Amino acid sequence: MAELHLKSYRFRAEREDDWRRLEKLLTKVGKGSARALSDEELLAMPVLYRQALSSLSVARATSLDQGLVDYLESLSTRAYFLVYGTRSNLVERVGGFFTRAWPEAAKALWRETLVSFLLTLAGVLAAYFLTLHDPDWFSAFVPDSLADGRGPAASAEAMRSTLYDHGEHKGLSVFAAFLFTHNSGVALFAFALGFAFCLPTAMLMAYNGAMLGAFLAVFGMRGLGFEAGGWLAIHGVTEISAVILAGAAGLRIGWTLAFPGDLSRPAAMAQAGRQSATLMAGVVVMLFCAGILEGVGRQVIQNDWARYGIALATLAIWPAYLYLPRRRSAA
Amino acid sequence: MKPATKTAKAAAATTPYDPGAREDTRARSLVTPEGVDLKLRLGDAGERAAALFIDLAIMLGVLIAFFLLAVLTMVGTKGKGWELVGTLGLLVFFILRNLYFVLFELTPGAATPGKRAMGVRVAARNGGRLTADAIFARNAMREIELYLPLSFLASSGDKVSAWINLAGLVWCLVFVLFPLFNRDRLRVGDMVAGTWVVKAPTRKLAPDLVETSRPPVGRFKFTQAQLDAYGVKELHVLEDVLRRYESKTIALVAARIRLKIGWQAAPYESDGDFLAAYYAALRGRLESRLLLGKRRKDKHDKS
Repeated sequence: MAELHLKSYRFRAEREDDWRRLEKLLTKVGKGSARALSDEELLAMPVLYRQALSSLSVARATSLDQGLVDYLESLSTRAYFLVYGTRSNLVERVGGFFTRAWPEAAKALWRETLVSFLLTLAGVLAAYFLTLHDPDWFSAFVPDSLADGRGPAASAEAMRSTLYDHGEHKGLSVFAAFLFTHNSGVALFAFALGFAFCLPTAMLMAYNGAMLGAFLAVFGMRGLGFEAGGWLAIHGVTEISAVILAGAAGLRIGWTLAFPGDLSRPAAMAQAGRQSATLMAGVVVMLFCAGILEGVGRQVIQNDWARYGIALATLAIWPAYLYLPRRRSAA
Repeated sequence: MKPATKTAKAAAATTPYDPGAREDTRARSLVTPEGVDLKLRLGDAGERAAALFIDLAIMLGVLIAFFLLAVLTMVGTKGKGWELVGTLGLLVFFILRNLYFVLFELTPGAATPGKRAMGVRVAARNGGRLTADAIFARNAMREIELYLPLSFLASSGDKVSAWINLAGLVWCLVFVLFPLFNRDRLRVGDMVAGTWVVKAPTRKLAPDLVETSRPPVGRFKFTQAQLDAYGVKELHVLEDVLRRYESKTIALVAARIRLKIGWQAAPYESDGDFLAAYYAALRGRLESRLLLGKRRKDKHDKS
């Protein structure tokens, strides 16, 4: 029975049970979550993983059974991804995002945020003065679908009525949901466009500012500047900040693609991408708040001063949350 | 991250006539902290496209199911439920569009149902852990890679000029075909997130051939010279033949080996038994030489 003396055969016979045990654990995790494992199994996992890995090394060096080596490669790879994969649960991750990752990402991208803000501001100022000078510019900046009857041709009364609601509060949640999903889509789009070397994102920022400027100008011409400000600012502070941050995230990506700096381009891209993605997740959260403020808050609150009060509060809260220095937690 | 050009070259050098050798351009080394190279393989374009279509089909299915449910609710409540249905509808669409991929890739398997079906998963290119921000980044880029081309296809082209259409088409193609034009099959999202898509097949442990098909002892005795006719490469081909066990191939291969080693077939000798015995003997011979540090690559290897 010469074949029974094959060392590779004995090697396999001695270790097969451990491999199968590891395989069973992996299947269990694959079906449910990591919580599917008992404490004992959880402790056994790294040990079994290292055994499989050492079996793989030995098998590669001494066994010529290709089926065995392939099996061990697949087994070790699956175990590797589990053992060195993400271990923290969802609550920890979400907590870490709000306490640490998001503000850190916002701080790291301050330069891009500044550029994005200046681009928006330039758009606002240019459109504001152009529209004041010649009201025809309004239609160039604001598409008809968004103008919704507002414009240089509308009467002051008609304009005023667009700023206030008339007691009907039906369908506010649909409106809020629409605003949130629509704005998040636009923000994600602005972010993704940054990949094309910043230019589309930069244009989008300036254009977004221009729309704002044109709106303010037509209301300003009718002497409704103060009221329009309240109408806009109650959600606009949050929404426009979110869009500016989205633009900043896009700019970071495009800029890194063009000028990767000290790192290799793929490594620099990966780093920039992760950082700006964290910021983008925050942007979606901000837009959710903005959607509620705009869809519900603005319709329910009809008083200018209350609107300005909320606007000022958001103006204080967001920068304080994102930019105030904080103690580094140990985690 | 060391793309294994070395591995690929070595493989090409040892197996110049192997039809599977072309695939080795997709082998990438991933060295674990324990110092073992796991030799990952990248998922190929076909698998990834298929995975995407499966995922899109699932998303479409959910949307259709939701739509039917919404219609039923509207009919049932005589139109009063529109606010709830409208809100839910917008949120469901948003979640499917932006969070479907993210949520599934956050699970331990790091794969959407489509990817799971095709046996691939997402992994960090540097071999570290796959973080949530990377998953978010790679899927946020779908906005320009997937949804922009889709909406572009859906929009009718009569409002804008042909030139703008053409420009849009070129722009979309750049992103859609991006993975075909780089070595690691990265799409833009993978590039931005520092991830790639690798094969993660679940293999069953096949029985050891030496154990299963043990022929009657003593019938086959091979001489040293007969066992030195082949190397590791041929042994693996023989293993493959024996595992598939197609009678036609078995007969062909048995005849070929008998001719090569000058084996006189006994009357009523089964081709399968002969091959199994030769496989066991050859493996024993090559493995014992392996222990002495001599890996005979193939039959042309004279060491």
